[in-house]
Amino acid sequence: MLWVDKYRPKTLDHVMVHDLIAQNLKKLVTEQDCPHLLFYGPSGSGKKTLIMALLRQMFGPGAEKVKVENRTWKVDAGSRSIDIELTTLQSANHTEISPSDAGFQDRYVVQEIIKDMAKNRPIDTKGKKGGFKVLVLNDVDKLSREAQHSLRRTMEKYSAYCRLILCCNSSSRVTEAIRSRCLNVRINAPSEEQIADVLEFIGKKEGLQLPSGFAARIAEKSNRNLRRAILSFETCRVQQYPFTSKQAIPPMDWEEYISEIASDIMKEQSPKRLFQVRGKLYELLINCIPPEIILKRLVYELLRKLDDELKHEVCHWASYYEHRMRLGQKAIFHIEAFVAKFMSVYKSFLIATFG
Amino acid sequence: MAPILHSSQQWVEKYRPKQVKDVAHQDEVVRVLTNTLETGSCPHMLFYGPPGTGKTTTALAIAHQLFGSELYKSRVLELNASDDRGINVVRTKIKDFAAVAVGTNHPKSGYPCPPFKIIVLDEADSMTEDAQNALRRTMETYSKVTRFFFICNYISRIIEPLASRCAKFRFKPLSEDIMSSRILYICKEEGLNLDDEALSTLSSISQGDLRRAITYLQSAARLFGSSISSKDLISVSGVVPSEVVEGLLAACKSGNFDLANKEVNNFIAEGYPVSQMLNQLIDIIVDKDDISDEQKARICKKLGEVDKRLVDGADEYLQLLDVASNTMQAFGDKPEGFTYEG
Repeated sequence: MLWVDKYRPKTLDHVMVHDLIAQNLKKLVTEQDCPHLLFYGPSGSGKKTLIMALLRQMFGPGAEKVKVENRTWKVDAGSRSIDIELTTLQSANHTEISPSDAGFQDRYVVQEIIKDMAKNRPIDTKGKKGGFKVLVLNDVDKLSREAQHSLRRTMEKYSAYCRLILCCNSSSRVTEAIRSRCLNVRINAPSEEQIADVLEFIGKKEGLQLPSGFAARIAEKSNRNLRRAILSFETCRVQQYPFTSKQAIPPMDWEEYISEIASDIMKEQSPKRLFQVRGKLYELLINCIPPEIILKRLVYELLRKLDDELKHEVCHWASYYEHRMRLGQKAIFHIEAFVAKFMSVYKSFLIATFG
Repeated sequence: MAPILHSSQQWVEKYRPKQVKDVAHQDEVVRVLTNTLETGSCPHMLFYGPPGTGKTTTALAIAHQLFGSELYKSRVLELNASDDRGINVVRTKIKDFAAVAVGTNHPKSGYPCPPFKIIVLDEADSMTEDAQNALRRTMETYSKVTRFFFICNYISRIIEPLASRCAKFRFKPLSEDIMSSRILYICKEEGLNLDDEALSTLSSISQGDLRRAITYLQSAARLFGSSISSKDLISVSGVVPSEVVEGLLAACKSGNFDLANKEVNNFIAEGYPVSQMLNQLIDIIVDKDDISDEQKARICKKLGEVDKRLVDGADEYLQLLDVASNTMQAFGDKPEGFTYEG
């Protein structure tokens, strides 16, 4: 078992990082007055962990006995009927789906599954454990507008049978109408000290000797992403143990690859180089690195190497092409356009400065 | 549908005014509608104004007062944006409902029961133009037996022919006094403890939107129990604390790109919504005295552009960084456009 899963806090009492939020959530559940919830925050900050712990608090250990199911829904959409296939995670009391996987048909999925749950609701409405089921929806920020609109009506209509727990990265992309119907819970990324504390805690449990400052160094490299910190901690353990204080922390291979691309671009600005870079970008895309992450990392690498004067210009174009990428269809066009733009800007900068 | 547990009922619903005369701050509308209650005659109505000022409440209250709960089902049709409201619905559902004739006398019920039905179209500005056009004739043909209430935020999105058929009422944003008195009333009913600072915070973060204020209040009460401080309210509302906004502005003023970049990174890691940040930035920038008009214009132009990009789903980090960089350029009075764009 990976350490990430092994040391995931199982109950709200064991949560280490967001203990305050956890206490408040616990209070919500014990008062039997649970509204719809919207968790938002950057990835690796512990949204999912909190949600799972919350479900356990609501339904007891049964919430962890989940089965994965591949379900197909038949939906009548106007004149024709369509089949939608989606993976669900289910326990007796809750269902978890990522409706955005269904693409533009997501609104049917949301409506159908909630109606479905309302039909098979638990009988003892006066029971201790709450007479409702919970539907966990991941990535609500990726839901289409229509789906979000239909969600808000559904939320009100079925609020007696089921509670929604929504989970997303950026709440900007969730419509105001939904936000105002939920209790919003902001989960911030843990600070570097908190990450270091968690790593030391894991080290102690595993019986490892940590040189001083080692945990802090991993935390610093992790970008305040706890999951990533724990993963790279485990990688270090596999690579070399006992730890030495100067042990290098291996960066992610795709990050290294992008930094290579960045230095390629800085070295030479020509159509030929652009062609080579395209090959490398394709390589990253094929390996399922999301395009916006590639672009962001590339900007990060470039900004590190540039003069202040150029930084403004580069970040302007980066945001410009990122927006277009979102509107367009094929990510490679826009990343490549950014690279080409950067090359031209950088080249004229070089000519202006050095002649 | 099973009755909703009393405890989990939304306060917004619980404290919705039941009678037209209880609607706060909207004097003209209340006067006209009280008159309607007496005489039983009523034009088509168009209510517009910012969210949370009582438009839906007024429409529902008048409908209830006119018909009473018994007749309500047969006399009032309520449609809002989440119901399907394309042109087909206008052609069938609305038209069918509008066409039914009604009896005149219901002396027993004790309500006025005027001889017409009401169709309430909530959030009418999200109807398509086609659907609105299809309504024009329907409104006139059945005007003997049907009254339309349109409710919308932006009157400019209602087509002119519809708007000209209605009596228009603008709903004003609620003033701070009225908000506070309503909030204090709810606090008293629910046994909450709210100090003065929290009260003024609540009025300022909800910006004249009473529904939002009540929602925040309920969320805070659920999370933090019966005594609520202004910090609790800020944490449930998703408003960015002003120190953070000022921090970013200060970083922009310093002219140090890396510092601003660090601030932006922190901001994203803290998980605040960027759209909220833009709203607060624009409030601060517009009010600042030490920024020239030209600088303000330049910053606001960028904010507008970025807001649109965020709506399109662009990445928050890059967009906020773009705002920061542009603001920095504006503060430094650097020429617009870029030197090396080739």
